[in-house]
Amino acid sequence: MKRTLFILLSNPLSLLGVILVALVVLCAIFANVIAPFPSHAGAVVDFVNFNKPPQWPSIMGTDLVGRDIFSRILFAYRISLVLGVVVLSIAVPVGVVIGLAAGYLGGWIEYCLMRLTDVFLSVPPLVLAMSIMGVLEPTLLNGMLAVTAMWWPWYTRVVYNITRSEREEGYVLAAEVIGAGPAHVMFREILPNCVPAIVTKMTLDLGFVILIVSSLSFLGLGVQPPTPDLGSMVAEGARYLPDSWWLTVFPALAILVAVFGFNLVGDALREILGAEQ
Amino acid sequence: MTLLSLRNVTKRFSTPAGDVLAVDDVSLDVARGECVAIVGESGSGKSTIANMILGIYPPSEGEIAFDGATLPARRSLQHRRLVQLVQQNPLSSLNPRRSIAASLRLALDVHDIGARADRPALMASLLAEVGLPASHLARAPAGLSGGERQRVAIARAIACSSPLVVLDEPTSALDVLVQARVLRLLNDLRAKRGLTFVFITHDLAVVRNVADRVAVFEKGRLVELAATEALFAAPAHPYTRRLISAVPVLTQDESDLRDRFMESLNA
Repeated sequence: MKRTLFILLSNPLSLLGVILVALVVLCAIFANVIAPFPSHAGAVVDFVNFNKPPQWPSIMGTDLVGRDIFSRILFAYRISLVLGVVVLSIAVPVGVVIGLAAGYLGGWIEYCLMRLTDVFLSVPPLVLAMSIMGVLEPTLLNGMLAVTAMWWPWYTRVVYNITRSEREEGYVLAAEVIGAGPAHVMFREILPNCVPAIVTKMTLDLGFVILIVSSLSFLGLGVQPPTPDLGSMVAEGARYLPDSWWLTVFPALAILVAVFGFNLVGDALREILGAEQ
Repeated sequence: MTLLSLRNVTKRFSTPAGDVLAVDDVSLDVARGECVAIVGESGSGKSTIANMILGIYPPSEGEIAFDGATLPARRSLQHRRLVQLVQQNPLSSLNPRRSIAASLRLALDVHDIGARADRPALMASLLAEVGLPASHLARAPAGLSGGERQRVAIARAIACSSPLVVLDEPTSALDVLVQARVLRLLNDLRAKRGLTFVFITHDLAVVRNVADRVAVFEKGRLVELAATEALFAAPAHPYTRRLISAVPVLTQDESDLRDRFMESLNA
């Protein structure tokens, strides 16, 4: 753990990643403290200051109803991160359990579970999410549901492949000969060997979940106004390009910073934890 | 008295290319306290025999009996406790992400040996029995040498007091010096605990050191079964003769050197 942290901080690229991620997370947690206009996260109008370019005190300008864009980005981060954590905390356990069961138990269980996974994997993720959101109401809860439904199969794939190779290891045979049950072998013997890969993927995926939620919101299917969301902010501002560029550029940069940061950290983790094995 | 007996055991594996006969009509009795070596080239069915004794898969035909009672295809915990295994590769037989204590404890937990509070002391005494300090319990396998890991694997195999231990080439992944020590440990444990060994190997020098009897396998068939001395003195089957003649012969100097070395080990 200490060693991992040290290597993360000693490489300039991964250090940049750690700084960006820390920045995003701190912004999200302390949004109401940092934001100059915390009330602008909701349905506020200020027609005196509408559509202003960056200037003090609105350093990123104001939107079409006069709300401070910087404040709204901070609150959008908060929602995106919460969404990402909720999606992963449902998708990862589901995906991991299915992957372990398919990889270790084998037989018809493996066949059924992996074909089910293939079905989910074969639908383009955005299309699947859009159709789920289309059938259900486009609310935040359904957005989470949709993104979760398309996320777990990737974890199943990763864990399944590791389980298939770990199953041949001597320690699995040793546990079986002793008489340990399948639950012990799956969760106590094999799962610890999947953890590095899972952690790495989760870090990368936090960035991707933010991206996909933004994409859905951009299409009007995600987070609904007046709740701030990076994707819908970009979508609203896109009509006023290039004159009111601040409406689009700053939310887009915010997406970039978050996704880029999580990717850098994820890549670094992959190298560090991968080399360890 | 017979502890383990294989009666007309046959094992077929179906592959896309047709059935493969891995073990062909083998009958073998192993007496309590005995060490029977199973030798043969790779592909001779040695490991298949071991896996059937361990209950990893059942024989296609014939039966395996323990103390006169036939073992069922699906073994209960009580059956599992009868026979344990020491594997060839100590790098893979211990989970790299679990401590030595966790690996050892599994056997005690599964078979509910000793009170929960006594198990740490029990694990320490098991390690002492294989010549390792109790401080190794907290370590990860990566912190141990190959020989030490194999000792841990041996401690795990004797943890639930199984009367029979299958040793699947337990020394072939170790260097020669460590090999001799591990063999001596195994001999000591057998004497002290009255264990019965099924010792799978292709190393005839090892066979001479540990085995009471030798079963020679060729292409899944038991071609010769004899007491170790008798087998080396007068191999009956042509295949056994080929196997023995394939062993490099030591010159007088080399064998003197080896004898002096073995004496220094025992001293």
